[in-house]
Amino acid sequence: MKDDPRTRELAAQHHARRFEELALPHLDAAYNLARWLTRNDHDAHDVVQEAYLRAFKFFDGFHGDNARSWLLAIVRNTCYTWLQQNRGLRVNTSLDDLPDSGAADAPLVSGQPCEDGPEKLMLREDDRALVNRALEQLPEEFREVLVLKELEDLSYREIAAIAGIPLGTVMSRLSRARKLLHKHLQTLVRET
Amino acid sequence: MNCAEARDLVHLYLDQELDLVRVVDVDKHLQSCAACRALYDEQRALRAAVRRDAGYHRAPAELRERLRFSLRGQADEPARPRARWQRRWNIAVAIAAAVVLSVSAVLYLAVPTPQNRLVDDLLSSHVRSLMANHLADVASSDQHTVKPWFDGKLDYSPPVEDLTAQGFPLIGGRLDYVHDRPVAALIYRHRLHVINLFVWPGESGREQKLRAFTRQGYNLLHWAQGGMEFWAVSDLNEAELKQFVDKISAMSAPRQN
Repeated sequence: MKDDPRTRELAAQHHARRFEELALPHLDAAYNLARWLTRNDHDAHDVVQEAYLRAFKFFDGFHGDNARSWLLAIVRNTCYTWLQQNRGLRVNTSLDDLPDSGAADAPLVSGQPCEDGPEKLMLREDDRALVNRALEQLPEEFREVLVLKELEDLSYREIAAIAGIPLGTVMSRLSRARKLLHKHLQTLVRET
Repeated sequence: MNCAEARDLVHLYLDQELDLVRVVDVDKHLQSCAACRALYDEQRALRAAVRRDAGYHRAPAELRERLRFSLRGQADEPARPRARWQRRWNIAVAIAAAVVLSVSAVLYLAVPTPQNRLVDDLLSSHVRSLMANHLADVASSDQHTVKPWFDGKLDYSPPVEDLTAQGFPLIGGRLDYVHDRPVAALIYRHRLHVINLFVWPGESGREQKLRAFTRQGYNLLHWAQGGMEFWAVSDLNEAELKQFVDKISAMSAPRQN
């Protein structure tokens, strides 16, 4: 019975429909992440398509309850593979090896911890495009945690699962990403 | 809570990732410290600006359609009639795969030693503890509050040390269940990293030198001293976790129970 072509066809269709129901609702989130990581529409399009086909292939192995995290992790990995292959970009993972309060923080939190607040940042209406530019300038590791946190509003736990990093690393990356973004924005505002 | 600690926690506070006890602590600090308050306001403004201004790129309708199309195409593929030999071949492959799988399952099941299971247990306990509101049953940085809290809950009294001065503030204590027994978990923090220190009386009472384990990016250090088994678990790097362990070990030594 199981070998009957009609039965198999129905089973395969059911399988595909179940995947569609689970995966397509997260297509916007997938595309947004890919678009921010690849920084252009054409590549985001290709990466998402490849990631979805890959996810479909491994769908049998998915037994979790968080389809969004599972899919976004695949999209993210596909993005990084793509970035490495197509641009020869060095994907820098050594940023986390620096001590948290070390060099990366130095320009913003220096001197007496309670004396100097960072320079005030005032965004005017026509400065809005600057946020996008500043975000695009961030290294991928920082850009992705900010996109997942601020645009998708995911929890640290979900971000850790998607990026495949421990919770503590999510925390330190996010805090450094914000400091760096703040710095970029200040520079951009000053230039305009 | 001092400024350095408040600044460490300000992002978690902003993202609502802190447990209630620490929310209250940060609240209190922000009310009394204008500089930290300014920093918090600024981070909040930055967050609002990103949420308001950063572009959200929705998937083009054409991509959605194309995906639907190619997924259905993939689903239809196996439905094509196949030659009988091919079907037989498939069955042969499936049987071979099943044999390989069951053999490796037996091998795999044979592998976990009590040690491995204990390490996995400790790690999941550590990860569970990081979930909101599960970190500490008794939240206090005072060792004289945390230690007596365990009285009556355990049949032993874990050594509780305060290492705030050394950069590892005590956050609190928790009753946990590891490897089929209730154990004391002491929670420390170093910068943004949480350290769970699990303590229970050893069966042999033998001293044991420090051993390091790594699982899924977490570091675990084990040693036995003064009749107690100690396990420190954290995502902190091994060198700093070892510093912590050295300090705990040095302080526990002179006053064994």
